[in-house]
Amino acid sequence: MVNITNLHKKFGSLVVLNGLNLKTPESGIIAVLGPNGSGKTTLIKSILGMVVPQKGEIEVNGQRVKRHWNYRKNIDYLPQIANFPGNLKVQELIDMIKDLRGKEARDQELIDLFKLEPFLQKKLSNLSGGSKQKVNLVLCFMFDSPLIILDEPTSGLDPVSLIRLRKLIQREKEKGKTILITSHIMNFVEEISDRIVFLLEGKIYFNGTVEELKTSTGEKDFEHAIANILTENHA
Amino acid sequence: MLKILKYSFYDLSRSLWSYVYFFFYLLLGVVLLFLNNDLSNAVITLMNVIIILVPLIGTIFGVMYFYNSREFTELLLAQPVRRSSIFLGQYLGVAISLSASLILGLGLPFILYGIFQSGAIWDFASLLVSGVFLTFIFTALAFNIALSNENKIKGFGLAILLWLFLAVVYDGLFLLSLVYFQDYPLDKFSLVASMLNPIDLSRILILLKLDISALLGYTGAVFKQFFGTGLGAFTSIAVLILWVILPVWRIKYISAKKDF
Repeated sequence: MVNITNLHKKFGSLVVLNGLNLKTPESGIIAVLGPNGSGKTTLIKSILGMVVPQKGEIEVNGQRVKRHWNYRKNIDYLPQIANFPGNLKVQELIDMIKDLRGKEARDQELIDLFKLEPFLQKKLSNLSGGSKQKVNLVLCFMFDSPLIILDEPTSGLDPVSLIRLRKLIQREKEKGKTILITSHIMNFVEEISDRIVFLLEGKIYFNGTVEELKTSTGEKDFEHAIANILTENHA
Repeated sequence: MLKILKYSFYDLSRSLWSYVYFFFYLLLGVVLLFLNNDLSNAVITLMNVIIILVPLIGTIFGVMYFYNSREFTELLLAQPVRRSSIFLGQYLGVAISLSASLILGLGLPFILYGIFQSGAIWDFASLLVSGVFLTFIFTALAFNIALSNENKIKGFGLAILLWLFLAVVYDGLFLLSLVYFQDYPLDKFSLVASMLNPIDLSRILILLKLDISALLGYTGAVFKQFFGTGLGAFTSIAVLILWVILPVWRIKYISAKKDF
């Protein structure tokens, strides 16, 4: 699905990605983990073409990303911080994105799922952080694309919505989609992900299943296994 | 790109500032016409206002819009849309809505006053054309500044400085150099120097159209000789177009390389 070779990205003198290689399987949930500032978001934004890498090659579905934009038709993206134009109403924003994509959308189903109906005619600047995140989720999931990229999908959500989100992600996975997730909630990651990709110093330090991670670190608990990697590397 | 343009335009059409700008010109037009009671005089006064104000509004509005729509831009960047379409669409949205405020705000009172029955219609038209050119030029320059500076305060500062330089300081330097080098032939120099500043260029175009090149003073004759001919008019329009194209091209160029 996503094929990355020798990716380099510097912001000024700060090296964020340093020769990263990654090949994702055709379907399944892949969690991208790593300490703060390890380049998770930069990696995701490079796949989306929002960040322009200095060196390296990214292919999505066999299509090169550099200087192209059409491949984004097959990606659903959930940004980390739900920043929306504040003077638009929720419904207007949803309609606008639908119009831009010009694709079949299942927005009503998702609005029902996240109980957003009463907020549709409110301005985005008046929404709480959690409600904004729900709008964010609707915008992301409504197009049914084969590749889904979620940057911190759990932030600001209440427990009920969190359970709904988890079910939604599982359902999408069963359709045979590739889902890339970053999150800081370790039991969320442990529960849903098929593979763990661990970033450290701009490279992939570990790439395997949760079980493999536990055995390789000799820890029984997932959270401790992650902590183990971090303390061993003094990161 | 048309979709982006549509949404930028829609966004701006709901912004209070577009209307403030429109009503300002409406008021200015009405007051000048009905107090002055003379079309040509009103056009000259308007020229002085437009030459200074349009670049200022274009610069400030352009920078402000760019920084304020950052969220919108980030949202669009993840969509299947070409990068250049996003920025050019936003640029055209700002430039067209500002131009519309200018044309409607000034046009309405002049139409009511009876510009179509008057010989001053072409003077007025040249005024509007210069105004639209200045809007497109300075909005593009503002977008350039905003794209190159993440820091809003710095962006605003640079935008104001740019306006101050082209609208005020440039003329001062120009005059100083004319005085300093008065022993040398200066016609070529002054011709080129005013071509390099879109504000000066528009001013000269309007003044020549109004046939009051005496106002230009020292270099008036040179300008009349050059700009008065077909080649002169053609060159000056071409330079104005170039002043639009170059910054727009740079918007496309920088935006393709920028990280978000």
